[in-house]
Amino acid sequence: MDESRQGWTETMRVLVIEDDRETAQFLQKSLKENGHTADLAGDGEAGLALAGEGAYDVLIVDRMLPRLDGLSVIKTLRADGNRTPVLILSALGEVDDRVKGLRAGGDDYLTKPYAYSELLARVEALGRRTVPEEQQTRYTVGDLVLDRLSHRVARGGEHILLQPREYRLLEYLMQHAGQVVTRTMLLEHVWDYHFDPQTNVIDVHVSRLRAKIDKSFDKPLLHTVRGAGYTIRDGPV
Amino acid sequence: MTALFERLATAASTTAFRLSAAAVIAFLLAAAAISGFLFWQTNSVLTDQVLGQLRAESQLLKAENAGGGPVAIAAAVTALSRPEGAGLYFLADPNGSKIAGNLNRVPPELEVSPQGGVFRYKPERSVSAAERLAVAIPVDLGPALKLLVGRDIEDQRNFADTMKRAFLLGFGALSLLGLLGGLAVSRWILNRMEAITATSRSIVAGDLTRRIPLQGNGGELDGLAQNLNDMLDRIEGLMSGLREVSDNIAHDLKTPLNRLRNSAEEALRDPRGGEAYRDGLERTIEKADDLIKTFNALLLIARLEAGALEENLDQFDLGKLVEDVAELYMPAAEEAGFALAVETADGLQVRANRQLIGQAIANLIDNAIKYSRGTNAGSAITVKALREGSGVAISVGDRGPGIPAPDRSRVLKRFVRLEKSRTQPGTGLGLSLVAAVARLHHGEVRLEDNEPGLRVVLLLSSRVFADAVPEVPGAQTSIAAK
Repeated sequence: MDESRQGWTETMRVLVIEDDRETAQFLQKSLKENGHTADLAGDGEAGLALAGEGAYDVLIVDRMLPRLDGLSVIKTLRADGNRTPVLILSALGEVDDRVKGLRAGGDDYLTKPYAYSELLARVEALGRRTVPEEQQTRYTVGDLVLDRLSHRVARGGEHILLQPREYRLLEYLMQHAGQVVTRTMLLEHVWDYHFDPQTNVIDVHVSRLRAKIDKSFDKPLLHTVRGAGYTIRDGPV
Repeated sequence: MTALFERLATAASTTAFRLSAAAVIAFLLAAAAISGFLFWQTNSVLTDQVLGQLRAESQLLKAENAGGGPVAIAAAVTALSRPEGAGLYFLADPNGSKIAGNLNRVPPELEVSPQGGVFRYKPERSVSAAERLAVAIPVDLGPALKLLVGRDIEDQRNFADTMKRAFLLGFGALSLLGLLGGLAVSRWILNRMEAITATSRSIVAGDLTRRIPLQGNGGELDGLAQNLNDMLDRIEGLMSGLREVSDNIAHDLKTPLNRLRNSAEEALRDPRGGEAYRDGLERTIEKADDLIKTFNALLLIARLEAGALEENLDQFDLGKLVEDVAELYMPAAEEAGFALAVETADGLQVRANRQLIGQAIANLIDNAIKYSRGTNAGSAITVKALREGSGVAISVGDRGPGIPAPDRSRVLKRFVRLEKSRTQPGTGLGLSLVAAVARLHHGEVRLEDNEPGLRVVLLLSSRVFADAVPEVPGAQTSIAAK
């Protein structure tokens, strides 16, 4: 789909547990186009079996499944000690549905209908869990350095003063350096909101951040990914 | 006859009847115990009095005998036996022959009980043949004389009998009255119940407009009827809300669906192909996204109005939430040329649905920016969270064109857009969502003149404070940590 994105995320093995064939095949095809591989399971029991034996990087689990529902699949996996990250897909979108899903052991929750770019961004964010966040004290992208202990941000050695919210925004972007971060993800993790703000409020926040960290420097690090969101990376423009 | 019996039986089986019967019985038992006690006491006093008199007389006569011998005592007894006296006397020799007195012999009852006792006699000068009751005691005058001293106690006996009869009649009458009263109360309650049952039946049969009639006396049954009527109002409201939603969905989603389809078709028809298709598809996706947003908002509002989201309550600082949402919108507001001013009270700890209230505030700020864009650049949009009365008022005020008073109630309805706003982007559901969130939290939305401009006030009742406990410092952060 988007060639500039290839090579920035590792290839992931994804298991899609979804009973709607059309949706499942669409996901499989799209994920393949983004450089990942995807296996399919059409019901909860088959999905549980496959997830148990295979080494997958991410599981995509639909809540409503025949034979065994999605949340039960996740609960069983967690009870067996399986810690593979899970993205839950569901038509049920209220906050308590989300809470239920996360409590069952899911790591992220996406309501249908969703934009594929949103799903891809979240799957990639889940799949790349190398060093636990708590242990990383410093994020570096190019010559931009963010120190988590002192909350100090500098680029090219030059200190940049950020508002607390701007700092948090940059921190989240750098946590997912090289990956696409959607507006919804930002709203959820930087502001803890699960609603749709209607206007482009996030965009303005990001452009202010960009003004501070990119403007007076020769190489832009914060990029807009059209139709998806934002990403921060050091590489060819 | 059986119909009457059946009705009475029904009335008698009610709780009301049982309760009043129990009350009457308890009262009667208490009254019986008290009057029984009084009766016994009165009787004792009178009896003691008579016996006292008899003993006193005995002493006197003994003294007479001791002093003057048989002649003296015979004279004394004769004197005492005159018709006007109340006493009864019998003086005899050891054989039983009468010496003096107004009794002619030892009464048969006293022959068997030498200490004295009660007996019947017929007065000498009485007109009727009725026997009277009397009591007498023997007086010890030695072996030569036999003396009995007594008193007529027929009046006493009459008194006692009258009292007994009066008590029995009284109790009988009270019991009957109690029974009848209980039955009457039960009948009355049954009638009221019947009115309620009849109304419910016709409602179940489909007539949602019926209401239970009130007596207007403000009693508990009226209170119950009023509550049931309120419940019926709510149900009727929900039913019509449901109809409205499906009407809205039918009408207002069909147009965007149509537009969506048209845009796809238009792209297909475009002779340029290739790039035009791409643009067309992107526009189609945009329209599909708008449609999804509208549908989700409609669904959310419908569920809110049905009161379905009560369970998900968090405890948080409302002032902090308002500040956070305002901060989210601050850059966008500034880009549009407005200054966002925030004023919040301290310590507004509430138990409410954080996401919904956040969304409501966001909608209001979004509206303020959207609808006053272009007017009064640089003017302030004020966002406040302050106490009002016993509750809390969240308000967003702008300096835009405002909403004229007659239109204010209309705009809270779904999809209503005032004429001058018809061309604005958005779903037209923002304010109705705010109204639904207010309602969920037992509050309301007020639209006011900001002089100039519009001020929307989201009023939450004191119930949001209800269970709130003071926050432990450091235990809660407002920025999400993963």
